[in-house]
Amino acid sequence: MTEQTHEIRLHVNGVPHTATVPARRLLSDCLRHDLGLTGTHVGCEHGVCGACTVRLDGLPVRSCLMFAVSAQGHEITTVEGMAAPDGTPHPVQRAFRECHGLQCGFCTPGFLAVVAAFLEENPDPTEEQAREAVGGNLCRCTGYQNIVRSVLRAAELAREHPGAEPPGAGAAAEGGRA
Amino acid sequence: MKPPAFRYHAPASLAETLATLAEVGARGKVLAGGQSLVPLMNMRLAAPEHIVDINGVAGLDDVTVDAGGVRIGALVRHARLEADAEAAAAVPLLRQGLRLVAHPVIRNRGTTVGSIAHADPSAEMPAALALLGGSVEAAGAAGRRTVPAAEFFTGPMESCLRPDELAVSAHFPRPEPGTGSAFTEVARRHGDYALCGVAALVTLDADLRITAARAGYLSVSPTPAVLDLTDAVAGRTPDTADLAAAGRLAVGRLEPEDDIHATAEYRAHLAGVLTVRALRAAAEDALARATRDPRPAGSGSGR
Ligand SMILES: Cc1cc2nc3c(=O)[nH]c(=O)nc-3n(C[C@H](O)[C@H](O)[C@H](O)COP(=O)(O)OP(=O)(O)OC[C@H]3O[C@@H](n4cnc5c(N)ncnc54)[C@H](O)[C@@H]3O)c2cc1C
Ligand code: FES
Ligand code: FES
Repeated sequence: MTEQTHEIRLHVNGVPHTATVPARRLLSDCLRHDLGLTGTHVGCEHGVCGACTVRLDGLPVRSCLMFAVSAQGHEITTVEGMAAPDGTPHPVQRAFRECHGLQCGFCTPGFLAVVAAFLEENPDPTEEQAREAVGGNLCRCTGYQNIVRSVLRAAELAREHPGAEPPGAGAAAEGGRA
Repeated sequence: MKPPAFRYHAPASLAETLATLAEVGARGKVLAGGQSLVPLMNMRLAAPEHIVDINGVAGLDDVTVDAGGVRIGALVRHARLEADAEAAAAVPLLRQGLRLVAHPVIRNRGTTVGSIAHADPSAEMPAALALLGGSVEAAGAAGRRTVPAAEFFTGPMESCLRPDELAVSAHFPRPEPGTGSAFTEVARRHGDYALCGVAALVTLDADLRITAARAGYLSVSPTPAVLDLTDAVAGRTPDTADLAAAGRLAVGRLEPEDDIHATAEYRAHLAGVLTVRALRAAAEDALARATRDPRPAGSGSGR
């Protein structure tokens, strides 16, 4: 079969993009290869590691488990869209840097997406809740201690600077409808 | 790995979906949340020629709670159902089970009806549907039918849905008054599929004596198993009931098998231990409900 292609329009980090892709193009690959947004990382491609996590209408989802054609009509936020327009890192990014929440950085974009969405819903988490929140993401470097610390520090930073939310955030309260 | 090539269909209505499914037949697959189908395709364990993406179909995302129970449409995500307070009040087992389904990020996308259609014997929601005696509403070219859970699951990853049928909704009936519920499981890592899981329903009469005890099992049988354990505990109060006897009764009726994750013997052991834990927690839940919402003595000891 000659492979059918689709002209798709994706809204990523507030910017409209178009791409021509076969239906089987994973959203993760579309972001990286078609749109050049290589901040989204790909580890396992079966939903287990969390490296590819992006936000879809505010909710963190695995971009390796979604076809790019299915992502049309949704607002996608990747790690490239987290900092403020003037380049100031997102509180979660600052906390990961301050607390050494990363070593090689491969897993980091996925953690950042999950933690940013989690803190919007739970601005003042306990350590237990912070640990649970990152339970679906794998990191082979840090041993997780500093990641948990980063989550708690990010919550502090966000409380010190309320209202400093970057674009694309904030739709997480909508529940699961996507 | 990358998924194999397929033709993509994105119907906008139920009628269009059913027409497409009828046309592509067994060469096609419904795509709901993609949290089971896409991993299978990425691993090249599934290679459908046609994908029918139902995410744009209107009218499939309702959660309806009424006197009979909770009905959920095919596009209701696990996370959305978990967050629904009305659904959790009507059928508490829903939220108790959903919390154990994968990780929150997977639940943001995966659908509860998709999980039931997928019929994984290690999944929580098929076991919950079977234990509650719920049903699936299927629509196809030949019309609609309601399939009770006991007939829906036909084997591991197999349901009685025909290739041209869509599971439109699932219905979880309210447990009878006086019932408490619980869901317990053991998994190697938090969020993994369970090595064994047990959901339980325990019903108390107005004198707080057990009138019914049932348990549903995952990962120990090809389809969700449901056992009536009432005989081991009937007429006792939760603190005098011999729950260990109920656990033994359950183990005697289950025949788990070996696989790469656990031996049959270990699974049987887990089933016994978890049966006791689930029954105890369900009985405590029933007691707590009775204290909050007492019923007049001598009423509602229906069995
Ligand atoms: C890392 C990871 C861990 C997981 N852990 C668990 C776990 O612990 N417990 C658990 O229960 N699940 C787990 N899951 C699976 C998850 O719950 C899925 O969401 C669910 O099994 C399938 O729902 P879906 O909407 O994603 O279906 P899809 O992946 O879209 O579809 C699954 C199958 O069902 C069919 N289907 C879907 N909807 C319909 C419909 N309406 N009518 C007819 N056929 C339909 C599809 O054709 C396909 O064959 C896990 C998934 C991942 C990626
Ligand atoms: S690459 Fe998507 S979860 Fe691992
Ligand atoms: S920092 Fe290397 S994998 Fe997490």
